[in-house]
Parts: sequence; structure tokens; C-alpha cells
Amino acid sequence: MSEPIIQFNNIHKSFDGVDVLNGINLHIRPSEKIALIGPSGSGKTTLIRLLMTLEEPTSGTIIVNGENLWHMEKNNKYVLANEKHLQNIRGQIGMVFQHFNLFPHLTALENCMVALMQVQKKSEEKAKLLAAKMLERVGLKNHLTSYPNQLSGGQQQRVAIARALVMKPKVMLFDEVTSALDPELVDEVLQVIRGIAKTGEMAMILVTHEMDFALDIADRVVFLDGGVIAEQGTPKEVIEQSNNTRLQTFLHRFRK
Amino acid sequence: MKLTEFNFGDLFDAALAWENLPFILGGISMTLAVSFISMFIGLVFGLILALLRGSKRWFLRWPAGVYISFMRGTPMLVFLFILYFGLPIIGLELSALTAASLGFGLNSAAYIAEINRSSLNSVDQGQWESAKALNLSYWTTLRKIILPQATRIAIPPLTNVFMNLVKSTSLAAVITVPELFQKTQIVVGRTYDAMTMYILVALIYWALCMIIAFIQDRLEVRFSKYV
Ligand SMILES: Nc1ncnc2c1ncn2[C@@H]1O[C@H](COP(=O)(O)OP(=O)(O)OP(=O)(O)O)[C@@H](O)[C@H]1O
Ligand SMILES: [Mg+2]
Repeated sequence: MSEPIIQFNNIHKSFDGVDVLNGINLHIRPSEKIALIGPSGSGKTTLIRLLMTLEEPTSGTIIVNGENLWHMEKNNKYVLANEKHLQNIRGQIGMVFQHFNLFPHLTALENCMVALMQVQKKSEEKAKLLAAKMLERVGLKNHLTSYPNQLSGGQQQRVAIARALVMKPKVMLFDEVTSALDPELVDEVLQVIRGIAKTGEMAMILVTHEMDFALDIADRVVFLDGGVIAEQGTPKEVIEQSNNTRLQTFLHRFRK
Repeated sequence: MKLTEFNFGDLFDAALAWENLPFILGGISMTLAVSFISMFIGLVFGLILALLRGSKRWFLRWPAGVYISFMRGTPMLVFLFILYFGLPIIGLELSALTAASLGFGLNSAAYIAEINRSSLNSVDQGQWESAKALNLSYWTTLRKIILPQATRIAIPPLTNVFMNLVKSTSLAAVITVPELFQKTQIVVGRTYDAMTMYILVALIYWALCMIIAFIQDRLEVRFSKYV
């Protein structure tokens, strides 16, 4: 078995003294697709935000591709990571948000180009080419020059996916990316994610309430409850063999 | 003159106004120069102040706060006098134009800082987060993502500051800057028709401000195409 790309080691996180994550241990293989499920408030968003460096853990270590995320070695001592260290690791991770968070003043194409040019220092022509190709891949060939407000929610979320993908991350994080969408727009986004999951060698963590979808594409299902991993296994194991009653009630509620 | 004998010609002598208009308009370039230089200083310094004000570090935040409080709490004219009549005493002599531009600029910076602060804050926090997720640096995020959006929000209040600035430049007449109002005072001294001349210069300021308001409208349209 290959080295894990991501390791959460005994991660704790509290906000203003309130414990949200209580010792998470989770190792993820380089091409593994993880469905992260659990009741509201169980800490799913917090867990992936820690990986994206949007939050800092209270204690524990996160290892990305062999490197400690929040600490680095300097003169044989472990010191707090500086911005450069964080940027090096951040470049390997992409995230798609529940509310898209597209840049409203930029076109779909420009949304996908800005980081290519500013972070990866690609030329404008090269960035444009890559961005257009990626937008075509998510089915938006005809909307390159549209502004976010001219697109439907489903289209906007697909731009957001393309924007993250075009940076070629090793790990993609999806935080309930369809839950802000009108029901009829959910499928087009799920289709795109399914496509990435089936072809990509990327690792993925999907926080989702689309249970059937999650069970379909995931290699492993992780059930978070009260800030700990209460159950995990292959979709088959989790559905058929778990005798965790909270998981069973949870699945029952969300499966169609 | 009794009020019953009032006629419009006594109030505003159009022929005299017309005759002196070219001379007064000669001051317009100076008025605009002081306005634009001050606004430029105000915008640059106002942005720096706004960022300092929003800093997590108290030793950056605190001086910026004191500066803004001082500038908002002192009359423009007093500050102008400090620069023009005060500084020479410690050996720093500024030309009237420099003193005026610097004075108005540094003063407006305080107001602009507050406008910038609230405009920056009104940009959705999610924009910072998605920029971070794309690995954009703080400065790139500010430049490419946050400022363009904040600008749209800041245009109306910044226009107000600029209009106030254009009108306030008349104070520079006191320190001998040959701008609109100073030119007007010269004409008044010569013609003794204070009413006509001051009404005339008021109309000129008004016209300037209408042009600024027109430009504001155009800018707003341009920046709101994506909201
Ligand atoms: N920045 C914050 N400050 C304070 N409390 C927070 C913060 N972020 C999250 N929390 C709290 O942490 C707990 C877990 O939140 P989190 O968003 O991770 O849950 P979740 O599993 O994603 O839930 P949901 O399914 O509703 O999205 C919640 O009780 C939430 O109120
Ligand atoms: Mg959540």
C-alpha cells in the first residue's frame, strides 16, 4: 500500500472553548475517494477547512504528502510554519465551497485563469488555454465570457470546480457543493464530480448529504459524529454490516 | 437701497460677470491641480491607513487610529496653517501649492481610510477564503479580488470626499494659492461687486461638482455590470 497523501493525527479543534473535533485519526491514500458524512454540526466542514488551512488545529498534526502542514523544520527545530511553507502545501490541495465563492467581477474564464497566472506564473495565453479546456470539460464551453451572475447555480458551481481543478491539485475537497442548488440543478454538478472521480488519480474528500451518490463513487465512507469518527469502511460495509445505530438512523434519513 | 426698489440687476450684474469670467476661470487649473493631487495623496495614504487599521497587530492599528481621530477632529484650515506658517519655524518651508495639496491630502486620507475600511469589510469573507484555497497570496488577493469589488462600493462615498475636496480648496486662497476663490477675491477688490462675483464663483464650483457627479454615474454603471 502506498504512503498516505493525507494524514490527520489525533486532531483536536475547539472554537472558543467548545470542542468540535475530538481526536481525528484519518489516513487517505493518493487516489482514494472519501465520502465524509455525518449529522449537522458533527465537524465535517471544520475537518476539511483545517486541511485547506482556513482553520488551525488546536492540537494534533496534519501531514500532507509527507510534510507537516503547520510546522516546519528550521535549524533542527520544529517551528510554526511560515507563509511560504503553507503556500507550498496549499498548492497541492483544491477546494470547492457550498456557496461557490466565485469572483463576481471576473468572467468564468478569468476566474479559472487568475491563480494559474498569479500563483503558477503561467503566461496569459497558456492560462487561457488551460482554463478554456477545463471549462469545456465541465460542460461550459459556451459560457467562457459569462460573469457569475449570468450563470445558473449549477453552472456557477461547475466553474468553481473547474477553477480548482485547473490548478492540478493532488487532493480535492468538496463541501456540500450541491446543497445550495435548486434540486433540478444538482445532477449536472454530480455528473461532473462523478466524471472527475472515475478518471482522476486525485484523492477526494466529499462532504455530502447526497447519500446514494456518495456510496456510489466513494472507496471509503467516514461517518463523523460528535467530533469523532464513529464508523468507517467501504460503502458496502457501512451500509450492510455496521451496527452503529446512529449511523443506521442517519443513513435511513438521507437515502432515497 | 430699500427692498421695494430691488431689481435683479443689483443682485447679479451679468455684464460685469461676463467681463471678469476669463480672469476667474484662470484659477480653475490651480483648483483642479490642488484637488487632484490631494485626492491622489488621500487615496494612497487612505488605503495604507485602512489596511493598518484592520491589522491584527496593535502597534500598527493604534497609530492609524490616532491619526484618523486627529485629522477628523481638527479644522482643515488650522492644519493648513500649521503646514504653511508653522513648519517654516522649524526650518521646513513649503510652497503654498505643496502645503495646500499636502494639507488637504493628509486630511482627506483620514476620511478615505474609513470609507476604504468599510468597503473592504463589506466584501464577502468567502472571497478571501476561495482566494486562499487557490493559493493566492494576501497582496494578490487584495489587488486582484478584493479591491476591485470594494471599489464599486466605495465610489459614491469617495465621490463625496472629492466634491468636498474641490470645494475646500477655496481655503487655499488664504495661503495665497491662486485658485478660483483667490482670483474671485481679487476681482471683488477691484470691482467692489461682491454679490455678483461670489455668486459667479459659486456657480463655477457648482458646475464642477455636477461634472464630478456625472462621472460618478458613469463609473457606477461601469462597475456594476457584474452585480
Ligand atoms: N468559526 C467558528 N466559530 C465558532 N464555532 C464554529 C466555527 N465554525 C464551526 N463552528 C461550530 O463547530 C461545529 C461544527 O461545525 P461544522 O461546520 O464543522 O459542522 P458540519 O458537520 O459541517 O455541519 P453541517 O452539516 O451543518 O455543515 C458547529 O457546532 C459550529 O457551530
Ligand atoms: Mg458543513
